[in-house]
Amino acid sequence: MIARALGLPTFRFNAVLGGAIVTLLILAALFGPWLAPHNPLTLNLSARMSGPTSVNLLGADEFGRDMLSRLLYGARTSALIAVSTVAFALVTGVFFGVLAGFLRGYVDRIIMTFNDAFLAFPGLLLALGFMAVFGASRNGIIIALGLAYMPVVVRVVRAAVMSIREREYVEASRVMGNSEFVTMARHVLPNCIAPVTVLATTMFGWIVLSESALSFLGLGVPPPAPSWGNMLSTARPFISQAPHMIVLPGLCIAVTLLGVNMLGDAVRDWLDPKMKV
Amino acid sequence: MGRFFLSRVASAIPTILIVSLTVFVMMRLIPGDPATLMLGDLAQPGQVEAMRRQMGLDQPIALQYFIWMGDVLTGDFGVSISSRQSVLPLILDRFSVSATIVLVAVFFATVIAVPAGMIAAWRQDSARDIAVIATATLFLSIPSFWMGLMLMMVFGLTLGWLPIVGYVPFSRDFGQALLFIVMPVITLVLVESGSIARMARASTIEVARLEYITHARAKGLSETAVMWRHAFRNAFAPTWTLIGLILGSLLANIAVIETVFTIPGLGRLLVESIYARDYPVVQGCMLFIAFLYVMVNLLVDLVYPLLDPRVTA
Repeated sequence: MIARALGLPTFRFNAVLGGAIVTLLILAALFGPWLAPHNPLTLNLSARMSGPTSVNLLGADEFGRDMLSRLLYGARTSALIAVSTVAFALVTGVFFGVLAGFLRGYVDRIIMTFNDAFLAFPGLLLALGFMAVFGASRNGIIIALGLAYMPVVVRVVRAAVMSIREREYVEASRVMGNSEFVTMARHVLPNCIAPVTVLATTMFGWIVLSESALSFLGLGVPPPAPSWGNMLSTARPFISQAPHMIVLPGLCIAVTLLGVNMLGDAVRDWLDPKMKV
Repeated sequence: MGRFFLSRVASAIPTILIVSLTVFVMMRLIPGDPATLMLGDLAQPGQVEAMRRQMGLDQPIALQYFIWMGDVLTGDFGVSISSRQSVLPLILDRFSVSATIVLVAVFFATVIAVPAGMIAAWRQDSARDIAVIATATLFLSIPSFWMGLMLMMVFGLTLGWLPIVGYVPFSRDFGQALLFIVMPVITLVLVESGSIARMARASTIEVARLEYITHARAKGLSETAVMWRHAFRNAFAPTWTLIGLILGSLLANIAVIETVFTIPGLGRLLVESIYARDYPVVQGCMLFIAFLYVMVNLLVDLVYPLLDPRVTA
């Protein structure tokens, strides 16, 4: 889009800018503790809700905690939760999807019945229900969001497997005397990588958004540990006194999502040109 | 048509049953004993036992499910632990608030985003197209709660045009009610129009490549006539499905907007009940929202053949 105006190929523009933003997020997440000028939990009541100063480069929050340090640790929280959740959803989703698509029959029917039941809920509703079960904690969010997004992975993988299993090379593997397991692991699974990669990038964005929404609702990362969502939630009452407490965490979420969405578009165009519009 | 209608409606019944079973099992997995929660920490063991019996918690789990379903079918969703109110009237009361905001917002988002997406697609890669798609991607990336807070900061605090938080029912004071829902509605319109515009654009691009469009042009029709009379119906159909999904999922996602603007809606009720571990209300809200989600999707499917002539009922 913007790329076309500048005469660049869209794919490369999306990949470069999206990739740059995501790289920045990963760097902040990995090196946050070394980059952060202060301890994100240290209170300094004399700096309460102060704007940017030479000590607190991006200001301080309602307890005088350094915003920049909290935002950097927040990046770490968001990235860690998103990566773990995507991994959880992928591992479980690929497992059940391959099982259902390859074995068919009653295994397929049982898995898909449960899967469709989960898909019949709006994503956030399912996540809220699971949060009620697991309680607001870091691991709780990973399991809740992972379970909420797993059904989509199951559907995509099952569809891919069902088309792959009819190919000649899969038949050839069977004829060669390979067991079902070897056929599945060596010949079916590797061919699911493309659709799963496209889905995983998109899912990363959904999960960053859902995690921040849950944390904003008070059902995500519990304070005082900083996450962008719970920083916005605690800042809300101080909206008139300290606008920077609202602007900064939200900006972090929005820029991250923009980067992930652009990278997602690029990955999709690269691996699945049919979907390109 | 009749057969399609019946079979589609019938297929929703097992879905709803499995959804209800999922909600039931999930609620049983919540740690803590509902009877103890109801009576408080100081209750005697005997009292707790009696309460468990009264609530039917001493029955086998499968039987508990059937008793609950029987109650639900007669409109008895149980009693809230914290407020002792009947759950269904509580839900319906809060639902009317959320539904008003969601319906108004989705209506405006559709009216704005569908034409925007179609006009963008009609001249693919033009400056107009780039402007629309860039704006849509930007809005898609802004979390609704941040958008709400930023609007609140600008239009509520800095300019002072609109009330910041709260809600007035339409039945009490129409003018006031309108003022209070402007910001939540605009927030949702901005956020949701991003994905709707992208979808409308993508499906219009696909339709515009088809031969019947070339044919319509060859007949000498004006571009406007080709777009609105010939392309619109086919291009709108896939977007319609997305709008249905948005409508359904907003009933849960609106919890975030209701938290920003302190609106007493259904989403807020659900979140507050999760904090309070008021499990009859959590159970009721989850079942109610999931049921509506299934119903909205059913309705979307039933209307689809009317919109897209290629799908025959």
